[in-house]
Amino acid sequence: MPSDPLRGAAAVVGLGITPQGKVFDTNAIGFAVDALKLALEDAGLGREDLDGLLVNPGLAWSDLGMGSFQLQQAMGLRNLRLSATMNLGGATACAMIQHAAQAIAAGLATTVACVFSDTPLKPPAPKGERTSGGSAYGFARGWEQAYGFFGVNAMYALVARRHMHRFGTTQDQLGAVAVAQRRWAGLNPRAQLRDQPLTLEDYHRSRWIVEPFHLFDCCLVSNGGLAVIVTGAERARNLRRPAVYIWGMGQGHLGGDPSDTLASGAVLAREPAFRMAGITLRDVDVVELYDCYTFTVIVTLEDYGFCPKGEGGRFVAEQVTGPGGHLAVNTGGGQLASFYMWGMTPVSEAVIQLRGDGEARQVPRHDVALVSGNGGVLSTHSTLVLSRLPA
Amino acid sequence: MSAVPKPLPQITPEMAPFWEAARRHELVVQRCRGCGAHRFPAREICSRCLSRDAGWERVSGRGSVFSFAIMHQVYHPGFADQVPYAIVVVELEEGARVLSNLVDCPAARIEIGMPVEVVFEDVAAEVTLPKFRPRRRDA
Repeated sequence: MPSDPLRGAAAVVGLGITPQGKVFDTNAIGFAVDALKLALEDAGLGREDLDGLLVNPGLAWSDLGMGSFQLQQAMGLRNLRLSATMNLGGATACAMIQHAAQAIAAGLATTVACVFSDTPLKPPAPKGERTSGGSAYGFARGWEQAYGFFGVNAMYALVARRHMHRFGTTQDQLGAVAVAQRRWAGLNPRAQLRDQPLTLEDYHRSRWIVEPFHLFDCCLVSNGGLAVIVTGAERARNLRRPAVYIWGMGQGHLGGDPSDTLASGAVLAREPAFRMAGITLRDVDVVELYDCYTFTVIVTLEDYGFCPKGEGGRFVAEQVTGPGGHLAVNTGGGQLASFYMWGMTPVSEAVIQLRGDGEARQVPRHDVALVSGNGGVLSTHSTLVLSRLPA
Repeated sequence: MSAVPKPLPQITPEMAPFWEAARRHELVVQRCRGCGAHRFPAREICSRCLSRDAGWERVSGRGSVFSFAIMHQVYHPGFADQVPYAIVVVELEEGARVLSNLVDCPAARIEIGMPVEVVFEDVAAEVTLPKFRPRRRDA
């Protein structure tokens, strides 16, 4: 079978991660600028090397819808040949990298920055006032507020409850994901919850948010920025840091009611991504899955075929996904325990692992990583297969 | 009672017939005249057949719990003395799924598939909320 011309045509060559979490010293554009500067420095490139800019604005960006232009101006970038503001929710990060690679392979741009930033957290309130960490995600919509239906947690909880009903997924199994990822976070100096170990008992004791979700079923909320630089494979070989080659890509957006499908778009995205990469599941050394909730990890593992559909709960309960297990999943702690940069968190951890920069949490075999993004309520999905080896 | 009242539904022109019927203690949902599918909430265009032709029809008010979630956090001060409370998605006999609350049922007893029927809660002079309560299977 002839190899796909996109396979390995481009690579991630720069990674920039700002301080993450309760950081209040700049705004969303400031974090985007900081992340992009860090990514360029990491790559050994300058602003003048960039000719493409893709931006995923978080909730705190203004609603003008021209995030990439705002960031271009803030960064003083000139003469871009590719610019777009993208939003597929948590699927955007992988999708930006896909579009960057496509534009580079087509000769429309040579070096493209992909950037996310957000500041959903507000500074601590004056004494006596209460601020809710997750309030930015606890929005009300129109008539639903009369029923006390608020936010993404509740939307996902309704789908998770269907999965539990149909497949027998249990609370312990949701908790197993939280515990495994917290163990990884304990090995990650950047993780917001690095110093807070979690047992299954702690998980059950943590407060309910929206049942069946405890606090530790839900991802963190973080201020910060994260950027990657993508360039052609040829140029990538001669830059400062080891290149991370983009072997395969795919997207899948199922539409309809996720309560019916109980599936992520991975069921559509995986086949083209794996075919382009020329791999099977057995070739994957590191798995970085979008984890807005523990539940999302269970569904996504099923939909990539790591276990049969409906068996995701039993699969994670066997404690195979934590440090020392046979499948390394969300090795930095993921968005449940390290930091929440929408889909940029799994992308960044894949780059760290493939470069061999994982230190205490480094996975011994790290040739190939599978990365997923997921947005809405299992509504959008993107897949990347990355490798430290040229195609 | 909460010191702060609960939020009232934002009544859009699209959903106005639903709320007008609720005031009369009737449950109505939209029905597509193109393909006959019942749907909720209101939409201008049927996502099955793309017809714009639709009307509102009274439905039985009977259905079963399709999914549920228990809200434990106070996202609006009006719900401060309500938590925990149940959000349910009810699949009506006619097919549409309606988001609402389940009343007269402790959270621990809620199950997917349990039969429910509509009840009406007058929450303001002009506003009534259709909610659901458990129903005996033979009712």
